[in-house]
Amino acid sequence: MTSGAIFMMIFGLAITWGGATVCIYKAFKARNL
Amino acid sequence: MAKREQWGTRTGFVLAAVGSAIGLGNIWRFPYMAYDNGGGAFLIPYFFALLTAGIPIIILEFGIGHKYKGSAPLTFFKIFRKWEWLGWWQVFVSFVISIYYVVVISWALNYALLALNLGWGDSPGSFFFADFLQLSDGPMELGGIVWPIFLAALVLWFMVWLVLFSGVKRGIEVANKIFMPLLFFLLLIMLARAVTLEGAAEGISFLFQPDFSAIWDYSVWTAAYGQIFFTLSICFAIMITYSSYLPEDADINNNAMITAFINCGFSMLAGIMVFGVLGYMAFQQGVALDEVVAAGVGLAFVTIPEAINLLPAAKFFGFLFFLCLVFAGMSSMISISEAVCSGLMDKFDWPRKGTASVLCLVGFVLSLIFMTNGGLFVLDIVDHFINNFGIVLAGLVQVVLLSWFFKLDSVRQHTNAQSDFAIGKWWNFCLKVITPIVLGYMAIANLIGDIRVNYEGYDSSALLVFGWIVVVAVLLLGFAMQSLKSNWTTDQT
Repeated sequence: MTSGAIFMMIFGLAITWGGATVCIYKAFKARNL
Repeated sequence: MAKREQWGTRTGFVLAAVGSAIGLGNIWRFPYMAYDNGGGAFLIPYFFALLTAGIPIIILEFGIGHKYKGSAPLTFFKIFRKWEWLGWWQVFVSFVISIYYVVVISWALNYALLALNLGWGDSPGSFFFADFLQLSDGPMELGGIVWPIFLAALVLWFMVWLVLFSGVKRGIEVANKIFMPLLFFLLLIMLARAVTLEGAAEGISFLFQPDFSAIWDYSVWTAAYGQIFFTLSICFAIMITYSSYLPEDADINNNAMITAFINCGFSMLAGIMVFGVLGYMAFQQGVALDEVVAAGVGLAFVTIPEAINLLPAAKFFGFLFFLCLVFAGMSSMISISEAVCSGLMDKFDWPRKGTASVLCLVGFVLSLIFMTNGGLFVLDIVDHFINNFGIVLAGLVQVVLLSWFFKLDSVRQHTNAQSDFAIGKWWNFCLKVITPIVLGYMAIANLIGDIRVNYEGYDSSALLVFGWIVVVAVLLLGFAMQSLKSNWTTDQT
């Protein structure tokens, strides 16, 4: 894979799953899920 | 009035909302849209659209559904009694979608069974169109019922009925608590298989290789906003309905973010899986990748079976792939049908069991047209028109009315008061300015396009009957439903 493709793939996964993880963490911290 | 049903847990609601959003398009539309619009560079306008349109609209719909505790028609009625028709317009758009979406899922169910002995043979393309769909020559030649599709659709409508009949907590929530974890589990298995195939790295690289010059092309931004809009199940009554079942103190903003991020995350994983498999296929066949790339129905029912034929443990992975499509489709189908069921229950005070039964029976009967020899053509036309002139226009009207003719801040105050975090005035700006501009542009471009050139070269009579008349009918039905009496008052809780 090219470095550009690797970077954009990781960027996309980080935004989506990173964002979901942060939000779920906030949910756990604030109250029970 | 009976107490409104509620979700059992916050997780149950989030899984249901995620299940509604994640559908067939996450698997067969997003990867191609990204590939065709700058590759990895597409993610920039895609995430910008997510933050400026997708998430703001989800928060809006979650917010008003929760605040006014009603299906879409009831919610809009409570906001302003003369806006009830907008909710019904969205409900009828949902109903039209439900009657053909279930047929696509029935294809996937059939293919899951066919995968057990690679029943599509060595020429999946000719098998799909000639043997499976038994396609006629055009949409005005419906022919007869294709019985394997009929049987699968019957099973699926029964499942939808069972879920709706059982209610929000024991039906919809339970179904999504089963479907969603299974769907992710299946996807991860296929992802692990796909990325370890020879040629997969080239395929994935092909998808994500960025062409940053695409960012200067306005059509890429239109594609990104369109993809976000269609992937999140917004603007056709679903998210308003689902959030109306939330308890009083439920979080809104964070639930909306979780739903949006997980939906888009699923698309990312599905893209890696699909292009990994396409890369393998290109390697095996000794062809360039752009010769195997496909989207939509062609990808799912022609290209992927061709790839599956080449895989080790082909039957196993073939079965898993089509089972994924079934789970993704059914969780969306349940939400689409519930939006309709809820609207009818609220309006006429009908009991859930009877409403679900009548709705699924009527839906099944109307689905029959899509199970005929000409069904694919009719489906293609109805799908194009209901999406581009139903969802987009209803969404535009919704956003403009609520942003400019309603106290938008009252929704933001409501959601901020009980959410894990607050959203700022950027949300107002996105809904008042960015989203109407984008949706307005999409609506006008679609209209001009379809007036100038017959969609896919179909005959004008077919486009009139299955396209234009359908989109006008769902709008008129919205006004007709508003004129029918109900027990609603604006003081209703």
